[in-house]
Amino acid sequence: MSGYQTGVLVFLAFNVIAAYSVYLPMAAGQLNLGIAGFMAIGAYTSAYLSNELGWSMLASVPAGALASCLLATVVAVPVLRTHGIYLALATFALGQIIAAVFLNLEVVGAAAGYPVTEYVPPMVVVACAAGVVLLMVFLSRTRYGLYLTAIKNDATVTDLMGVNVRGMQISAFAIGAMVAGFGGALYGHHYSFIEAQHFNVLLSVFTVLYVLLGGTQTVLGPLVGAVFFTLLPEALRASDQWRYVIFAALIILMMLLRPQGLLTASLLRSLGGRKQGVQQ
Amino acid sequence: MIWQQLINGLMLGGIYVLIAVSFTLAIGILNFLNFSLPGLFMLGGVLTWALIGAGWHWSLAMLMALLAAAVVSLLVEQLSYKPMRNADPELPLVSSLGFLVLMENLVIVKWGSDQQSFPALIPDFNLRFGGLIIGTAQLISFLVAVGVVLWLSWFLKTTNTGRRLRAIAENRDTAEILGINLSRLVPCVFVFSAVFTALGGILFALNYLQVSPFMGENIGFKGVAAMIVGGMGSIWGAIVGGLLIGLVEVLSIYFFGADVVNILVYGFLLLVLIVRPAGLLGRPISREKL
Repeated sequence: MSGYQTGVLVFLAFNVIAAYSVYLPMAAGQLNLGIAGFMAIGAYTSAYLSNELGWSMLASVPAGALASCLLATVVAVPVLRTHGIYLALATFALGQIIAAVFLNLEVVGAAAGYPVTEYVPPMVVVACAAGVVLLMVFLSRTRYGLYLTAIKNDATVTDLMGVNVRGMQISAFAIGAMVAGFGGALYGHHYSFIEAQHFNVLLSVFTVLYVLLGGTQTVLGPLVGAVFFTLLPEALRASDQWRYVIFAALIILMMLLRPQGLLTASLLRSLGGRKQGVQQ
Repeated sequence: MIWQQLINGLMLGGIYVLIAVSFTLAIGILNFLNFSLPGLFMLGGVLTWALIGAGWHWSLAMLMALLAAAVVSLLVEQLSYKPMRNADPELPLVSSLGFLVLMENLVIVKWGSDQQSFPALIPDFNLRFGGLIIGTAQLISFLVAVGVVLWLSWFLKTTNTGRRLRAIAENRDTAEILGINLSRLVPCVFVFSAVFTALGGILFALNYLQVSPFMGENIGFKGVAAMIVGGMGSIWGAIVGGLLIGLVEVLSIYFFGADVVNILVYGFLLLVLIVRPAGLLGRPISREKL
């Protein structure tokens, strides 16, 4: 594989991890527009632990994910008091605040950025992304996945059925943040450099786009979305400057023509039916 | 010099008021969080700059920029709002974000991603009131911003069109049954909000003598914060919220330095969302509407 292809593959792996960090809260009906902030927490925490305290990556990367998860749990209690658009805006504000805090934190280089000494090879990143996908597929087949879907469809009825709605919502938010932190920690260790400016609104927004464009009905939708919309701008690279213009136009067209996303439950069923019948 | 800072904050707040009012119109009347507005803010400033650079008279350049923003906004209505108005609220939101990305990148393709300096149209003449300095450009934009918003408030309250718009805000379906022509009035809302934001962009360029493709992201998003702080869907809320965000920004620069602005502005937004999601002046909104 050429260096370029490896580069694209790693970029894709990061986008897949990010997409699933948005997908899980969304499966419970939460639109998280601040996911970049949680990536930043994971990236900076793990980089600091590796650099200054000499932790091995095997410990510092999970610690970064855990830090992000803990912060999300703490924040979720007040933030999840809001719903719908308000929740989206609260997470948006949260992402902005986190990025601004790191931009001013001298310990981790502030605006100059923060070099990371340890290095994660490309194939490990790809393997981690595959692990995240498998974990999500597994979660979607447990009762937990069912609870989240129920909460998204009707929180009141789910509550009446005896499900701890609040606890489920907080856990979905926190696990999403943990995945984001994990992706951020890997990102820092792979590219050996992090800067707060990278974790901006547009990163959050693009990640949400991957998920919505891929489709939220099935657990594989975010994967399809991330693959399609990572490789597409690469394929358009020939037209260089114009590729983001074309990309944006495609977003608008997609939402117009196929608002349910590329991969839908019925599409998956018909694909499966043609091959060997529905599995269950 | 705290008084001077308060004045500067209010002047900056005037621009946020315009953006916040645009957001509030879209969300209050149509229940649509229109994220293409920061893009229209940028388009207003950048197009005025480009047309003046091409030798146009400044008044024509501004008029043309406002017109262009209105046309783009009608496109947003046709492609983002109309087909998805009955879907999940995040779909039109995301689609309008697509327009923001589109406008930003079109401007980058055409004029590059650098910050450009905007010509000083208003002579650099300062008014002094006992030690306090108010720039003419500052004062003019503040008066224009507040004037336009007050006019809008009057318009919504007393004219027939205003009454119809408020009926739509109250309940779309009932308004339609009562014979209100939605397909004619909804584009009006889009034109109004586009013109207000683009005007904000022009005033920002006049004041700070700079435009860039990213000004919508940096400044326009604070208009969202202003709207929420004041209360979604309330014009007076937008005025209060815009001025407050302007004050918070300028005072945080004065006391803590430019680096912490985002922490304080968005921290303030987060606090309001958690403690009083309806905003300072908004009506408490029923859960169903979210």
